[in-house]
Amino acid sequence: MNMKKTKRELPLHLMLVPGVLILLIYCYYPMVGFVIAFQKFIPINGLFGSDWIGLGNFRYVLQMPDIWKVLGNTVFIASMKILLGLAVPILVAVLLNELKHVLIKRGVQTLIYLPHFLSWVILGGVLVDILSPSEGIINQLLNAVGLDSIFFLGSNKWFPAVLIFSDVWKEFGFSTIVFLAAITGINPSLYEAAIVDGANYTRQAWHITLPGMVPVIVLMATLSLGNVLNAGFDQVFNLYSPSVYQSGDILDTLIYRIGLLDAQFGVATAIGLFKSFVSFVLITISYFLAYRLVNYRIF
Amino acid sequence: MQHRVSVGRKVFVAGNYAFLVALSLLCLLPLVQVLSISFSSSAAASAGLVKLLPVDLTFSSYKYILQKQEFISSFGITFQRLVLGFSINMSLSLLCAYPLSKERKDLRIRSYYAWFFVFTILFSGGLIPTYMVVSMTGLIDTIWALVIPSAVSVFNVILLLNFFRGLPKEIEESAFMDGAGHWLVLWKMYVPMSYPVLATVSLFTMVYHWNAWFDGLIYMNFPKNYPLSTYLQLLVINSNPMKMDPKNLAGILEISERTTRAAQIFLGALPILIVYPFLQKFFVKGIVLGSVKG
Repeated sequence: MNMKKTKRELPLHLMLVPGVLILLIYCYYPMVGFVIAFQKFIPINGLFGSDWIGLGNFRYVLQMPDIWKVLGNTVFIASMKILLGLAVPILVAVLLNELKHVLIKRGVQTLIYLPHFLSWVILGGVLVDILSPSEGIINQLLNAVGLDSIFFLGSNKWFPAVLIFSDVWKEFGFSTIVFLAAITGINPSLYEAAIVDGANYTRQAWHITLPGMVPVIVLMATLSLGNVLNAGFDQVFNLYSPSVYQSGDILDTLIYRIGLLDAQFGVATAIGLFKSFVSFVLITISYFLAYRLVNYRIF
Repeated sequence: MQHRVSVGRKVFVAGNYAFLVALSLLCLLPLVQVLSISFSSSAAASAGLVKLLPVDLTFSSYKYILQKQEFISSFGITFQRLVLGFSINMSLSLLCAYPLSKERKDLRIRSYYAWFFVFTILFSGGLIPTYMVVSMTGLIDTIWALVIPSAVSVFNVILLLNFFRGLPKEIEESAFMDGAGHWLVLWKMYVPMSYPVLATVSLFTMVYHWNAWFDGLIYMNFPKNYPLSTYLQLLVINSNPMKMDPKNLAGILEISERTTRAAQIFLGALPILIVYPFLQKFFVKGIVLGSVKG
């Protein structure tokens, strides 16, 4: 019996072989590569051939003048993106649900999902153009109503706001999909009962639609917890410049510059290890919470 | 049903339509503006005359870009990447999702496999070690560096396997009774029944490979190996003064940097804008079926 079962399972194992191999080499082996955070790493010597220096790289990182600033930027930018990235789609989903005209509704959906599919290279190019202080359309509009031009991408006062709002702008539409699905899943008889009881539209939205969305809202909120150190490398990298490092430099861009531009592999990996470890703890907590609160399982 | 619609409700409905239409225009207009700049003369663009429509309509920016050798060759790299990446990604996603969608009685160590896959979402080796491994496996400066390290998308695997789980088990069982094996069931039954989610995963995979630029930047040492998006990143974002070939100098007068940049941005977005409307009706369904359950 057991032999027969093993034979039946064999094709299933075979199917998994290529995927497992790829993950082993390109996801698991780099985890082993974290050992270079504890070395004075010289690439030619291989992963285990360089001198071990214990926590030396970490001590070096803690003495870097800007490290706390960068950590602060990362957490601030990421948290604001998470908060607005939840609030705006929830609101838009509720409002979209009120649209009865099918064509207009579908048109709105098509347009607001679109920016999600464009890369930050494209959108970065678009933003650099429309926010340009000399010829950008936004500053032309500001001038037209009598305001001074603002150098959005060059001023530390404005740069984080540009990052946060442009990220919400890119992703809010796509995020409405899950919330709209949650609204669609609400039992219509609840609304009928509410109407019989004399509830107006506002009360229906408040007492039926929003409570019906709560499980999905809780789910999305907990799952986004893992992103607190992900301030969005692609976006920041394509929009920032040395003049806004003060307000816009984040862990990932710092790792890139130290590691791949200055070739201080050990130091960069130390920061990367810190980020991966904290993210791991946060994601694990978030999945656990999501499981306990709304019985969520990945599969 | 409510018979009379109150004044307040009418105001709300009108305001709601106006707000949401404005919101969707907000998503579209920045792209339209850049498109218009790309079709305008450089004089009009640098004087800031271009608002929503092109001024002094001209195609010279596009003519200039499309005869640039680097642009054409980077497009070729992207095309290779799309073909290879798409076929590898899709086959691996199917091959991984099918066994993982089985119950424990069909695949006894399923949960170990599942954790093996999920752990890669929870923890990652980070930029530098990953770069080292790609370099050690000899992929630097080859097309495979853009295709192999990202060949398994766990996110897509999860989307697919959740969909597979919802398929009726009876059909599959009767196929097994008739002597069909797992390969046949996957190919002849699962794949044809999964078009909505396959369309979704295809869209994500194609968009991923079209948009990816960072791997090109770090894994390719020579700009001639850059895929289009990396090339665009270099040109559009790193606005280093471009070195001009003397024989192109004649064109410079007509093509300001701004209009050229705009045209390149638009060409970079064009394939997505073309595919997107066709697949849009699928992906909403695919995402909802694949990711949000009970």
